[in-house]
Amino acid sequence: MKTIVLEVKNLIKIYNHTKVVDSINLQIQEGEIFGFLGPNGAGKTTTILMALGLTEPTSGEINVFGYNSTREPLKVKKITSYLPENVGFYEDLTAQENLKYITRLNGIPGKKADAKIEEVLKNVGLQDVTQVEVGKYSKGMKQRLGMAAVLVKEPKLAILDEPTTGIDPKGVEEILELIVRMSREQNITVLLSSHLLYQVQKICTKIGIISQGRIVAQGTIEEIGKSLLKEEKEDLLEVKVANKLTPALVESIKQIEGVMGVEKKSPDHSLEEIYIKYFREG
Amino acid sequence: MSGLKVVFWKELADYLGSRKFLILFTIILVSAISIVYILSQNIGEYLSEISKEYVFLNFFTISLGALPSFIFFVSFFGPLIGIIFGFDAINSERSKGTMSTVVSQPIYRDALINGKFLAGLATISIMLISIILIILGLELGVLGIIPNLEEIWRIIIFFVASVIYIGFWMSMGILFSIVFRQTTTSALVSVMMWIFFAFFVLMISNVIADQVAPLNQNSTLEMIAKNENIKSMIMHISPVVLFQEIVIALLNPSARAFGITALIRGNNLLPTPLPLSQSLLVIWPQFVGLLALMLICFAASYVIFMRQEIRAT
Repeated sequence: MKTIVLEVKNLIKIYNHTKVVDSINLQIQEGEIFGFLGPNGAGKTTTILMALGLTEPTSGEINVFGYNSTREPLKVKKITSYLPENVGFYEDLTAQENLKYITRLNGIPGKKADAKIEEVLKNVGLQDVTQVEVGKYSKGMKQRLGMAAVLVKEPKLAILDEPTTGIDPKGVEEILELIVRMSREQNITVLLSSHLLYQVQKICTKIGIISQGRIVAQGTIEEIGKSLLKEEKEDLLEVKVANKLTPALVESIKQIEGVMGVEKKSPDHSLEEIYIKYFREG
Repeated sequence: MSGLKVVFWKELADYLGSRKFLILFTIILVSAISIVYILSQNIGEYLSEISKEYVFLNFFTISLGALPSFIFFVSFFGPLIGIIFGFDAINSERSKGTMSTVVSQPIYRDALINGKFLAGLATISIMLISIILIILGLELGVLGIIPNLEEIWRIIIFFVASVIYIGFWMSMGILFSIVFRQTTTSALVSVMMWIFFAFFVLMISNVIADQVAPLNQNSTLEMIAKNENIKSMIMHISPVVLFQEIVIALLNPSARAFGITALIRGNNLLPTPLPLSQSLLVIWPQFVGLLALMLICFAASYVIFMRQEIRAT
């Protein structure tokens, strides 16, 4: 049995008589990358803020490694890193100085902090611009610095709120890669909030879907898929033809036993494929 | 506590390195130096005006022709300095998104606002101490007079009062930076409050006093006194007035009363300087009032900030 990192019990939050979060129950186990999905305004960020003890729940409780988020927020925040949506840094300070401030707030002693800062900046690929003021950074670089800020305090749980909004596909790939790597190498449990399904599918081991403040589905993607989309789908086979597709060829394929139908499709290239290929090679 | 210390040192470094600080510091420094310089060049012409017992203090209070006095600079620029340090303290952190990063670290939330407030006070103190010391040094060097003990005490208390005065404007700025989400709004409202307290309060107090206790040629002394009392009551809600009275009593030891009392009885009194303890008695209410105004502003900021939601959007 793996340890439960984050446990949400009957969590309710009411703002101005509306239930923003309505009786949520969640469990995240150690080592998971948990995708927290839902449309804008579904209550994702509110739940996260309550998990960090920054907002008080109306009722219910959240425990992080057994510490109650509302009553012991400092202990929770010590072991939890939070990457807010639209992360910001002090623009007149350098990347190195910004991270130094974070390590100081965490009470990490100077020498250890310096070594760690250098390490994480290298990890996120900012090692050449550590002495540049953050105001001159691009959006993607800031987001990567955000990831560095998450890693620098050596958390056990990382809560990432929309970590890939506003960056280009190549940057997205890099950040996703980084998330997977930190989860594997440093055994950090990750709570990833997002509404970009493609990315979530790519890296998350489990997901929870939230809609209008309620959890509507929870589990691995396969489990949810099976229970939700009940009808079995036919298997599809793709066939590549050497030259032009002739009606005769179509006919002869149809003759094969067990084939239900033949359909002609033009090869579709996703724009993302093209984009990434172009910029990787160029 | 460690969180408070970290925020304090970071904010202090930010303030001292900021351009706004350098510009303000230069303005006040240049004016102070020029006053000392001109006064020391023409000391002979002003011999009749300056007090002989407290030669040193004259440099803070005397205005020379077009050049206003040093205390005028402090009471005039002090609010601006305070407002500039305070008006974007919290809402700029919000709009840049640094706030959620900082409060998600293992510190109590009030460490942020306390640290900023204390760092602001420290910056103001550093600025005033260095300017006062420069003036004192110039006086010593140019004129060769040494201040006596009482003058030193008066200058120290003047320094404390100035820090509280500028501190009031800063905590008012911080309050608006919490209440308003836009830095431009909080800046404009702060400046408006300054204009109100510095200029409009005087006009309003006149208007109200004349409404409540109208004066004409046949008015008795009681009626004039009533009018004056109402006027001074309203005027004293303004920290500018409070500060000016504190400074006058401190740096001009012969001042012993303000308002109507000074008018009526002033002519019958010998203009002998008061000892420090008596000057302090004269300004004690103003001093406490100013301190209370600053603390009220800070307490309001603290309470509102602690109750506010963290999320930026």
